[in-house]
Amino acid sequence: MANATERREEAVSQEGMTYLESLPRRVATLYLPLGVFVFVLLFPFYWMVMTSIKSNAELISREGNPFWVVAPTLEHFRHLLVDTDYPSWMWNTVVVSVVSTFTSLAASVFAAYAIERLRFRGSKQVGLAIFMAYLVPPSILFIPLAAIVVKLGLFDTRWALILTYPTFLIPFCTWLLMGYFRSIPFELEECALIDGATRWQILVKIILPLAVPGLISAGIFAFTLSWNEFIYALTFISSSEVKTVPIAVVTELVEGDVYHWGPLMAGALLGSLPVAIMYSFFVEYYVSGMTGAVKE
Amino acid sequence: MTKLLNNRHFLGLLFMLPAAALLLVFLTYPLALGTWLGFTDAKIGRAGQWIGLANFRYLAGDSVAQLSLFNTLFYTVVASVLKFALGLWLALLLNRNLPFKSFFRAVVLLPFIVPTALSAIAFWWIYDAQFSVVSWALVKMGLIHRYIDFLGDPWNARLSTIAANIWRGVPFVAICLLAGLQTISPSLYEAAALDGATPWQRFRFVTLPLLTPIIAVVMTFSVLFTFTDFQLIYVLTRGGPLNATHLMATLSFQRAIPGGSLGEGAALATSMIPFLLAAILFSYFGLQRRKWQQGGRD
Repeated sequence: MANATERREEAVSQEGMTYLESLPRRVATLYLPLGVFVFVLLFPFYWMVMTSIKSNAELISREGNPFWVVAPTLEHFRHLLVDTDYPSWMWNTVVVSVVSTFTSLAASVFAAYAIERLRFRGSKQVGLAIFMAYLVPPSILFIPLAAIVVKLGLFDTRWALILTYPTFLIPFCTWLLMGYFRSIPFELEECALIDGATRWQILVKIILPLAVPGLISAGIFAFTLSWNEFIYALTFISSSEVKTVPIAVVTELVEGDVYHWGPLMAGALLGSLPVAIMYSFFVEYYVSGMTGAVKE
Repeated sequence: MTKLLNNRHFLGLLFMLPAAALLLVFLTYPLALGTWLGFTDAKIGRAGQWIGLANFRYLAGDSVAQLSLFNTLFYTVVASVLKFALGLWLALLLNRNLPFKSFFRAVVLLPFIVPTALSAIAFWWIYDAQFSVVSWALVKMGLIHRYIDFLGDPWNARLSTIAANIWRGVPFVAICLLAGLQTISPSLYEAAALDGATPWQRFRFVTLPLLTPIIAVVMTFSVLFTFTDFQLIYVLTRGGPLNATHLMATLSFQRAIPGGSLGEGAALATSMIPFLLAAILFSYFGLQRRKWQQGGRD
């Protein structure tokens, strides 16, 4: 009985003040604008898919309806995977993203724990400095970084990217994890300390298991950030076999003035697929990572 | 040793070490080096000599650099205002009682998560002078008679790149603001409605004040990202036609890497810093939580 009332109350609070609105009004103020938003936001993806499965003849024909495809073909994908270096670009992107994500995550866990929980002398200032570091855009760093990368002999290697991506990943992950660690009660740590646990044991056995959602959020977000990175990869890499997907599609698939739209779209689609799939599995984590970094 | 490891000051510094080392070598040092390079005549493969303000003086008189400053400000202001307006609208729509809410939220964020360079290629194709699907649709509807030259004409190119930037930025603004909206208790709206507040008044006196702190942070990020945007322009126009879409970031790349004048490029990049600081300070002091939100006076 109590349960039923509760459920009804829940339903009422879910609907809020919706009952004050008539259906036509709801269509005009909610469904119609939302439909337009969704259409505009998704159209480029639809267009990518359509273009990538059209034959060349169909792409340049002016007859018929461009929104549909008459004879779908996977020729562009075959061309991409067999005739170009696409598989190795993909592999480069995976290696660089995974390695830099895990490196940054490890460094950030220690940093965030130190700032938030050890509260060493000056930890407040360090925390602020981390936030400031997050605001430094890559566009003003790539020139001096290029000079450093060349000096270190890392130019045109994956290491150049693996070592520079943490400059934007660490500040982000640290800032996000600081928020998560803050939400873990101090008392848990105090109990462990009284029981004789070392700081290391506390970190590994208490804090980290409780912060798993935060670690996933930070990891997913960091992975997409490094997958999408453009300006460093464009500046520090010049040979085709070391390029990452976003760079390679833009620089290697465009030959002269003839644009091969089919392979270009197929390449863009394949390059977006890994992040899109990953995102679809971890939407909640991704969103909480994004909004968590902003809300603090 | 054990004693040292239980000292939180020592342990704290030890834990900070990996992050601090990476950031000092690859963030703080480059930041300083970049500023220094701006005052030198460094070229690729040649260490520079200190030449004082010569780079900045040259850039101040350079018509392309002036144009890039104008473009950057125009791009940032127009794109940010529209991203805010559309993002807030979308957030308000998604905050309403809606079937398949989480599905819509997930779908809406897609433009933000795919690599910008790759979605920019899709826009490049949509903006193609001969095969643009937008032109095709408009012609079929009888609204225009000739295909639009989206990226070939200076003002068309500026507006087209801004449109692509907005497309990518709206989801970010919307989802962040939605997270803010969800923290506002529905009972506030019910109380306001009982007191006879119109929907506009509910928005103006309940939603907006409670959302202001988040708006401040989100828009700071949005302005920073837009001001320093690089990849969208690089993919769509490379700064053309006639430098009409060069932003400061793309021009500094152009001058420094293909052009080889590291010093000049660094000077251009350094000149973005005051603008970024101004944006951060403005949002910090202008939009932070005000007294009137807690019932006090301004």
